[in-house]
Amino acid sequence: MIDRLLGMVREMGVPRLLIAGFVVLLFATAVATHMDIAALVTDSIVRVARNGVLVLALLPAIQGGLGLNFGLPLGVICGLVGCVIALNAGIAGVAGLLVASGIGVALAVPAGAGYGWLLNRTRGQEMMVGTYLGFAAVSGMSIFWLLAPFTNPTLVWAIGGKGLRTTLSLGDSFAKVLDHWLQFTVLGVTIPTGALLAFLAMCALVWWFFRTRMGITITAARSNPRFARAAGISDTRTRVQASVLSTVLAAIGIVIYSQSYGFVQLYTAPLLMAFPAIACILIGGASVTRATVAHVIIGTFLFQSILTTALPVTSQVIEGDISETARLIIQNGMILYALTRMGKESA
Amino acid sequence: MGEIHALVGENGAGKSTLMNILFGMPVIHQTGGYGGDVLLDGAPARFESPAQAMAAGLGMVHQEFMLLPGFRVAENIKLNREPTKRTVLSRVAGRGLEMLDVPRMRADARRALDRVGLTVDEWLPVAGLPVGHMQFIEIAREVDKEMLRLIIFDEPTAVLTETEAVRLLDAMRVFAKAGVAVLFITHRLDEVKAVADRMTVLRDGEVVGTPDPRTTPVTRIAELMVGRPAQAPAERRAPGAGAATVLRCEGLHVRMPGEPVHDVSLEVRVGEIFGIAGLAGHGKLGIANGIMGLYPASGRVLLNGAPFALNDSRGALEQGLAFVSEDRRGVGLLPDESVELNIALSALEAQGRFLRPFPVPALRPLDQKALRAHALEMIRRLDIRTTGPTQHVRRLSGGNQQKVCVARAMTLSPRLLFVNEPTRGIDVGAKERVLQILAALNRDEGVTLVVTSSELAELRSLCDRIAIIYQGRVAATLPPDAPDAAFGLAMAGETAAA
Repeated sequence: MIDRLLGMVREMGVPRLLIAGFVVLLFATAVATHMDIAALVTDSIVRVARNGVLVLALLPAIQGGLGLNFGLPLGVICGLVGCVIALNAGIAGVAGLLVASGIGVALAVPAGAGYGWLLNRTRGQEMMVGTYLGFAAVSGMSIFWLLAPFTNPTLVWAIGGKGLRTTLSLGDSFAKVLDHWLQFTVLGVTIPTGALLAFLAMCALVWWFFRTRMGITITAARSNPRFARAAGISDTRTRVQASVLSTVLAAIGIVIYSQSYGFVQLYTAPLLMAFPAIACILIGGASVTRATVAHVIIGTFLFQSILTTALPVTSQVIEGDISETARLIIQNGMILYALTRMGKESA
Repeated sequence: MGEIHALVGENGAGKSTLMNILFGMPVIHQTGGYGGDVLLDGAPARFESPAQAMAAGLGMVHQEFMLLPGFRVAENIKLNREPTKRTVLSRVAGRGLEMLDVPRMRADARRALDRVGLTVDEWLPVAGLPVGHMQFIEIAREVDKEMLRLIIFDEPTAVLTETEAVRLLDAMRVFAKAGVAVLFITHRLDEVKAVADRMTVLRDGEVVGTPDPRTTPVTRIAELMVGRPAQAPAERRAPGAGAATVLRCEGLHVRMPGEPVHDVSLEVRVGEIFGIAGLAGHGKLGIANGIMGLYPASGRVLLNGAPFALNDSRGALEQGLAFVSEDRRGVGLLPDESVELNIALSALEAQGRFLRPFPVPALRPLDQKALRAHALEMIRRLDIRTTGPTQHVRRLSGGNQQKVCVARAMTLSPRLLFVNEPTRGIDVGAKERVLQILAALNRDEGVTLVVTSSELAELRSLCDRIAIIYQGRVAATLPPDAPDAAFGLAMAGETAAA
């Protein structure tokens, strides 16, 4: 009996159980202090749908042997360019969403291929190279946002008339088009059906992809590159494929994120986007070398629930705000934990 | 006057194990210890660590160099035994802060180097010196130990050129003259005859003879090393010399580290089981690896009379070749994937099997049903002991992992199958089973097999013809019932004498 219990704990992973326990504790405290549970649940679900695809974007990189994709901002930037172009042209609604995603994907394919080429040249240091590439791309794009020839007066600075503003509202464009699609309310909980379905559909697509020939090839090359070479697979190619897929998903992810959030954030906003996403997938049970769609869904739900409930609950219980501190401890602690596990996973 | 005692035997005869016991290597105690006694000067000695063995006057020159490349020659020789001078600080803070006595270090090192006949400057860094020099520096380090009474050389000439080897043998004689006993482990019988006073032949962990190296002919020593009664080959009709040639190699070179192939020419006939034997490091494993495109290869290879492109793993698979690697964990398996995927993967990749139709060929999804059915069939046929087709292969025993490797190769339905070290590291029962499977594959499905193995007895029971590789070349191609001496001599490179 105790053995089986210990087995279950091992299966789940201690950190995952701790985080899940923490979430339960937060909700229990919320109930005890008579808070608006329905609003907290609504918030959690909205944030799952908002962040989900960005977390999902990490999966192909992990499965492709590139580790945790700290270079996620690269794809995010591609998606942001898509959003800004759609805004500048004044395309609203679903069409705007599609145009933004389409342009984002079109940019993300070459960007991801270049990123993959770079990672093939710096084998063994993917995560560090990704971090620096992400930082460099964000900084480089800050110059682009200032100099790009966007003309729409609602987007550029009022004074001088040049350079994009730091935050652009999507209010008149495609804000919440997915969230509001088929939206309904049960027991006071509002379900953003469209956004949630979009996230789940992307999950299904990725799940399916990793059961196709190309997906299996990518997984095999990650699992044992020497085996792959013996089977006639070029792992240089599969790594590029994984990086392209990851970057493309990040581009789509930020468009979905922006429509849910209602604003497009430029300049240094994408800088730290990779970190919470990475914390999500790790909390879900993924490691640096292995991840599944279930890890993405569970992890996003646990981590985003903490974010939405910790602030109101802690401010109820204790004076002062520790939720931001708690978020940083959990987020970066999780990443550190995963890195310490790196060698042992395969042992 | 010390004695030079040679210890010879095939790979796996137990030479290294014996050395590890003598030297108190922890691996012995971790894997079950040993029985019996080691007597040093008539008194039982039982070393728990190499440090104890060294304190008792044993020295060892390793096969792999244990030198710090960034340190100077003298520093390497005196490492951890440096002569030191007291300083003000060391009076306060202990011995760790004493100064190195550099002039004495250099003088000691010089003396040791002179004794082994190496003229290299003792203040040069080790990195960048020729490999032969490194070997002598390692020996000089042992020489420098004043207590030294017995020095062990573990195949020291393997990495040396001929003239260097001669100098090393001279150094051994110097040791012996100085009253140090020398234990010399080697495969090279000519060296044994040149230098040894006495010798012991090991086979399968037992002493099989102590012939006098001066009077016993090399043939007899070779016979003792190899001598296993050849098992009667199973009754099968071997394709005769008239059979068509399926694979012909001419001047095959393979750059495989540790197993280089220099100039191999051989012919494999349709339907036969062709064996490749030879001692470790002579290149027998490189042949299949080279043809299958795992290591850079050059030369002329004909498959069914048509030129065959080297350095193209994909192409090799597509042309009906398959390969079971000697490096099961490194190349042969995806350890963290299921048994069924491991079995199917090569065929899925090279032939597009186990996939359902889809408009985009690269995105054809996996046919889970066909995959499962095939895996279950293979598990039954090869008797793979597993909890089920979804178990990860990491959890299987070595023998069952090997069966998975064979199953994957069989799934490709090859015309020509290369198998390297089919029974390395697996238990006796599984060994038998794997060999039966290979024989059945050849008999029932007419697959031509090229089996490379360190176990000569296994090849002699399985193969129709056996090529012996020595220093990257074919030394001889022998029938399985050729006399033991012929195999022993060919393995030792003594073709001219035969």
